[in-house]
Amino acid sequence: MRAPRGVLAAALLLPATLACAAPAPDPLRSTQWPAMQHALLHDEPVVFDARVEVLLPPGAEDSLQVPVAARWPALADVRRVLAFVDFNPIPRVLEYRPHRAGPFLGFRVRVQQATPIRVAVQTGDGVWHVGGAWVDAAGGGCTLPPAHRATLADADLGRVEARRWPLHDGGQRLKLRIEHPNDTGLVAGIPAFFVERLSVYDEAGAELAVLDTFEPLAENPVLTLEPAAAGPLVVRGRDNAGNAIAARVD
Amino acid sequence: MSVWRACVFALLLPACAAAAHGADFDYRLQPRALTTDTWVVEGATADFSPANGGDIANSAFIVTGAGVVVIDTGPSRAYGEQLRAAIARITAEPVVAVYNTHHHPDHMLGNQAFADVPVYALPGTRAAADEVGATLAGNLYRLVGTAMRGTEAYPPSASVAAGESVLGRHRLRLLALRGHTAADLALFDVDTGTLFTGLVFNRRTPATPDADPAAWRASLLELQALAPRWLVPAAGPPVADAQAQAVLAHDLDYLDWLVGHFEAAAARGADMAELLDAPLPERFADLALLRAEYRRSVSHLYPRIERAALARTRAPE
Repeated sequence: MRAPRGVLAAALLLPATLACAAPAPDPLRSTQWPAMQHALLHDEPVVFDARVEVLLPPGAEDSLQVPVAARWPALADVRRVLAFVDFNPIPRVLEYRPHRAGPFLGFRVRVQQATPIRVAVQTGDGVWHVGGAWVDAAGGGCTLPPAHRATLADADLGRVEARRWPLHDGGQRLKLRIEHPNDTGLVAGIPAFFVERLSVYDEAGAELAVLDTFEPLAENPVLTLEPAAAGPLVVRGRDNAGNAIAARVD
Repeated sequence: MSVWRACVFALLLPACAAAAHGADFDYRLQPRALTTDTWVVEGATADFSPANGGDIANSAFIVTGAGVVVIDTGPSRAYGEQLRAAIARITAEPVVAVYNTHHHPDHMLGNQAFADVPVYALPGTRAAADEVGATLAGNLYRLVGTAMRGTEAYPPSASVAAGESVLGRHRLRLLALRGHTAADLALFDVDTGTLFTGLVFNRRTPATPDADPAAWRASLLELQALAPRWLVPAAGPPVADAQAQAVLAHDLDYLDWLVGHFEAAAARGADMAELLDAPLPERFADLALLRAEYRRSVSHLYPRIERAALARTRAPE
């Protein structure tokens, strides 16, 4: 018997259709990935995308300060950048909205155990482009007391050290370090106390980029970003206790 | 650890329990005669692993005629015991003194096997061993596994200072240095011209978790001036005369390059993570673990150098 042509074509297409509908398997094979996708990316469309390049060491030399940087120069119309750590008790590290800023972000994070560290970049079509890698770790980063808190003077809290470097494209690289214990709240007797918002403005007051930051961001946060504007910058923010952070970067 | 591996571990648990009553890890220690009365037990120029039982540093001993002096005791109780047994196969003289060159676990976690003799170290080494010895031992359990069985941190039991003393046929000069750690003891056997030091690395990349590069540099210059006949480094094969000078110069070259490289990176605004895959000079390709140790050094040294390149800001209007 000869099957009608249309039916045959439909049968042939069926597996392909299913393959498109099924979520792509996590290249990092993390048991936490479905939870991350649901809780942090709200089950929005996801592609694992090599165009989101995430730099991090294979092993955490210091679980309290794991360096991470992400680049996404080949992605256009970027709305949000989310960094998270699958196996941290608090996975979400930061959300970055680069209104007028280049495709780069550097930061440091605490890790509680060996885990994927991921950066998800959402483009205007709603798709999350996800990159990342595993970091091995002796662990305990989120539940160890901070290294320097005992020596932090009140006057130094929120103090910003920074510098700007002009880039060839007319923008600039901004690196800043904020004096802050950034306590996770997971150490007995030390409540959560962390920087939760930072905005970068140009001299005229236009907002170039915004960062919402969360508990796992490392103590005394060091952040590198690339505002697409020349000239002095202003950084304003606050921690979760309402302490203001404000600095002019000449 | 993956879930799969956790399951395998669970299946192996009874076997592990059985092994706990079995033989210790066999380090197959082979003391090699270096010069008169002087023996070296070479570790692997590798990273800690279950396969090498953590044996990645050199230990050494001098049969002085008035007892045996041991320099560094390896990474575990089993290593210390096997070192002591190897010494006993070579000489009937008792071990009379142990020296720890510094507080790193691969140099002093065998101290337990020498609990009946004084274990000497610089005061700074003793302080560091008291403070972090147990943590370092715990970390080594994680990296090395069962070879560590029965190992407990056993900090040095007595302090030494720089100076010279005579033991049997040997005049031993102690040098109080620093830079690899906050306190680095070197022993110079004036009679054989042999220098034992924990802050020199031969054919292995210098490790920097507790480093002060400027102090390390000064210490290496001081060791160069000693013009040792033999050099027993922290890791890698012992070397003689001109080769010893070359090893010291190579370590100096690496540390100078490392600091200069980080300073240049900080001055151009490089982010820490961007440095992890930076190209490394071809002339250091002879150093084992170059990329791995370099990456660790990014964590150890870059934050302070990077911060120095930033400026205080003022409040906006």
